[in-house]
Amino acid sequence: MSEPSPDTDARRIATEARDRARFEEEALALADQVYRVARRLVGSREEAEDLVQETYARAFRSWKSFTPGTNLRAWLLRILTNLNVDRGRKIQRSPQTQPLEETDYYLANKMASAAGEEALETDDVVERLSQDSIVNALSEIPPQFRDVVVLVDIGDFSYADAAQILDVPIGTVMSRLHRGRRALKQHLAEEALS
Amino acid sequence: MGEPCDRCEELLQDFLDRTLSDAEWREAEEHLVGCDYCRRRYRFEESLRRYVRTSSLERMPPGLMDKLTELRGLDATA
Repeated sequence: MSEPSPDTDARRIATEARDRARFEEEALALADQVYRVARRLVGSREEAEDLVQETYARAFRSWKSFTPGTNLRAWLLRILTNLNVDRGRKIQRSPQTQPLEETDYYLANKMASAAGEEALETDDVVERLSQDSIVNALSEIPPQFRDVVVLVDIGDFSYADAAQILDVPIGTVMSRLHRGRRALKQHLAEEALS
Repeated sequence: MGEPCDRCEELLQDFLDRTLSDAEWREAEEHLVGCDYCRRRYRFEESLRRYVRTSSLERMPPGLMDKLTELRGLDATA
């Protein structure tokens, strides 16, 4: 066997540098979407910025473990949600655990009775809600439910992608989504009535 | 707002997710034509979902992209 010539070696290094640059550019192009999810997973803008920076630092370091051609957005979000879980363990943001058993139509009725019967024909109820309402409501939901709602309803991930990102079965995604949406609605109802 | 309709409540979330089977989809649509209560329920849920999605279209703060760009080329051992 012959030693790799300096020439082949140089070519290998050049190829790797090119692959890496391409990876980094593709990852950076997704930064807005990654930030949007981060912003809804954590309480403040500063925390979201930190989380996104940690995510990109880890992604750039371990770029070789990404399989080209697979879903880069999901790969980045998987790093982000893992980092967020680690942070959560350290910070222990104690979510208020409230019974989540109120039914969907009960909540719709509650909001309708506050905004008037006809409100459900229009967007009146929704118009009572501000940007802050969604931030407040999301922060009240237990994290495992919040993660799924943010990924599917805000990040536009499929159930399958969300399952892959969070490393749980699809059935778990669906049941958490169901409970998370209900909890979100409950808190949004409170926001609309406050 | 009228009485809730159990079957519709059951189909509602999947209807909005577009994950119903063809048969269930037809069942839901046929029901919606005749049921004022459910039509309002569906519209309400739909607008709520739209709110959740569109209230979150915030762009990242200026300066963050520069910070991320600076991270390029980070060493695996760093």
